[in-house]
Amino acid sequence: MPEGIFCNKRPINTEEELKALLSDTRGTKYYEEMLSLEVDREKLWATIQKTCKSRTQTWLDVCARCGLCADSCFLYLVNDCKPEQVPSYKIQSTLGEMVRRKGDVDNEFMRHAMEVAWSQCTCCNRCAMYCPHGIDMGVMMGYTRGLLYSQGFVPWELKIGAGMHRVYRAQMDVTTEDWVETCVWMEEEQQDDWPGLEIPVDKEDADIMYTCNAREPKHYPEDLAEAAILFHIAGENWTVPSEGWEQTSLSMFAGDWEACKLQVENVYAAIDRLKPKRVIGTECGHAHRATVIEGPYWAGRPDGQPPAPYIHYVQWVAEALRTGKLKIDPAKRIKQTVTYQDSCNYIRNWGLAETAREILSYLVEPGYLVEMTPNKEHNYCCGGGGGFNGIGKFRPQRNKALLTKRDQILATGAKLVIAPCHNCWDAIRDLEEEYHIHIDWSFLKPLLIKMVIVPDHLKPQEEAGDEE
Amino acid sequence: MYAFLTGPMLWLSFAICILGCAWRAYKYVKGLSWQLDRVAYGHYPDLAFKGAMKSIFHWLIPFASCSWRAKPVFATAFFLLHIGLVVVPLFLFGHVMIVAERFGLSWPTMPAGLADVLTILAVLAGVFILLRRFALSEVRIITTRHDLMIMAISLAPLVTGFVAAHQSGDGNGWLLAHIITGEIWLIAVPFTKLSHAVLFFCSRAQIGIDFGVKRGGQRGSGIVW
Ligand code: SF4
Ligand code: SF4
Ligand code: SF4
Repeated sequence: MPEGIFCNKRPINTEEELKALLSDTRGTKYYEEMLSLEVDREKLWATIQKTCKSRTQTWLDVCARCGLCADSCFLYLVNDCKPEQVPSYKIQSTLGEMVRRKGDVDNEFMRHAMEVAWSQCTCCNRCAMYCPHGIDMGVMMGYTRGLLYSQGFVPWELKIGAGMHRVYRAQMDVTTEDWVETCVWMEEEQQDDWPGLEIPVDKEDADIMYTCNAREPKHYPEDLAEAAILFHIAGENWTVPSEGWEQTSLSMFAGDWEACKLQVENVYAAIDRLKPKRVIGTECGHAHRATVIEGPYWAGRPDGQPPAPYIHYVQWVAEALRTGKLKIDPAKRIKQTVTYQDSCNYIRNWGLAETAREILSYLVEPGYLVEMTPNKEHNYCCGGGGGFNGIGKFRPQRNKALLTKRDQILATGAKLVIAPCHNCWDAIRDLEEEYHIHIDWSFLKPLLIKMVIVPDHLKPQEEAGDEE
Repeated sequence: MYAFLTGPMLWLSFAICILGCAWRAYKYVKGLSWQLDRVAYGHYPDLAFKGAMKSIFHWLIPFASCSWRAKPVFATAFFLLHIGLVVVPLFLFGHVMIVAERFGLSWPTMPAGLADVLTILAVLAGVFILLRRFALSEVRIITTRHDLMIMAISLAPLVTGFVAAHQSGDGNGWLLAHIITGEIWLIAVPFTKLSHAVLFFCSRAQIGIDFGVKRGGQRGSGIVW
């Protein structure tokens, strides 16, 4: 069988296809069909020749096979230093082989490569800092994922995820109506406590356009409400676009570059339409990477910048605290041992290690922040990055990967982990469920709301008769 | 024979080495693609330059990168090997004299004793690196025949040169071996993994630009190598 009904080389482009694939519970049939999915060797080789240019080619060729990258990879360490987990081995035995064999590989090889690409690398880019040649396995694994995706060898959940972006321009089936309704609903919900609070949709020329992660409107709309409250307290002139509000990209994890482009162009179109002074994304780390760091290249912007200045949420928070737009009540500062989870996606990939620390200096009473080792640019991935969190097939490997973070957290003695990145937040939630180490974890927004001083004029007026 | 090897063949070897390396560097730069690599190479020349330099120097200077510091023994062996292979030949009295005789160009030389010590250390370092390949499972799994061949090609001129320099009486055999192995080494540079003599700088500059321009360089320090 060259192609299956569910498992094939065609991307999902319609709602029907998406629903059909979703109905295949846990991808049972999908993975069954994958066993006999044919590799289009000519196409694979043609793609490699077209896209495997000097950087990747040189990285493959000059790797000194020195093994310095081994210890840099948390997956190598957490898997009892299995040599198969050495970054260089992982890439040489997959992409390296594909290139050496000029694309002449079989189904079994591709399935193995899929397992390596999605369960042995979270594209955290840490190894790039430790290799004498500056070889970045995270980048190369991303490239490998693209090749695998184009041949249909991609985990079921990510095929769906990329399809979601193609069909809904969101990683979940949140339509424009759903989104706008959620904005209206959250606005109404908050107005008793926050008179005058608005979630303005499609306001032109605002100072800030806010974008988020589809999981927020879908599963925890309070996150959107919290963003609105904080903008309200800070007195920001802000808006959300009705279309182009979703900032994440599961297609990036899947290696579906075409869907990546479609997704990010949708956000950039909103920027062009509403002409905000700048855009602020939510706390999600991979959303930031997709829309701000990689996105401009997918969209073909040679300066590597989105159409308007686009900052990560921690940048806005640090700025608001620094300028006094948000003031923290000193009595409410955190006075318990707390630690901070650095997200690879905006620490190592956007340089915000110190910005995050600046925020902590406002939120945490001196002496209560215990840093993980290593941290900042040298941090380890939470264990759930690069799509790992969402892939059922690789759940056991993912759970094992969580051990690094678990032990790092345990070593700090902290009972609270501040984890702005959604994906890290999920991983930490899962590690608590899996390993019961009795910790709490939190995004920044709820912490800020608990601690911020609310100016009197924003408090609800207590009218006579209102009280019970 | 001797005249041929130290005459035309020597210059041919140098020419192949230098032109070949230039070709590899040219091909590298030409094959960069801002969109495929997702790096705005040309747009922020200052940041790009700074990032590239930072990236190169932290790895060129012993113990200046976090990775070198994390592996002090390997780093020491690495630098000793490279000093023996690159620095010693450049400043060796015998080599400088040949250039001086033929071209009238000359530069300071290093004392013979120092050259000897550095050569021995380089050979020991090479042997250590070879043994390490087999001793550590994480290096064994990625080792290929190519890597072993490269080490052999690199150590041969050092060993033969050392013996030739210390032979009393008729040292012609060893000297000839030294010249031949040296020429093999020169010719191998552009065609094997030894091309990292130039590609190291290309690749390091590239990742430096990546971090310097795109991944954080615009907001503070960029990456700390
Ligand atoms: S550290 Fe770099 S050069 Fe050494 S084996 Fe790993 S990828 Fe190859
Ligand atoms: S990118 Fe991260 S997970 Fe992947 S090989 Fe490198 S260190 Fe390991
Ligand atoms: S989930 Fe967080 S820590 Fe893990 S790769 Fe993503 S950003 Fe990094």
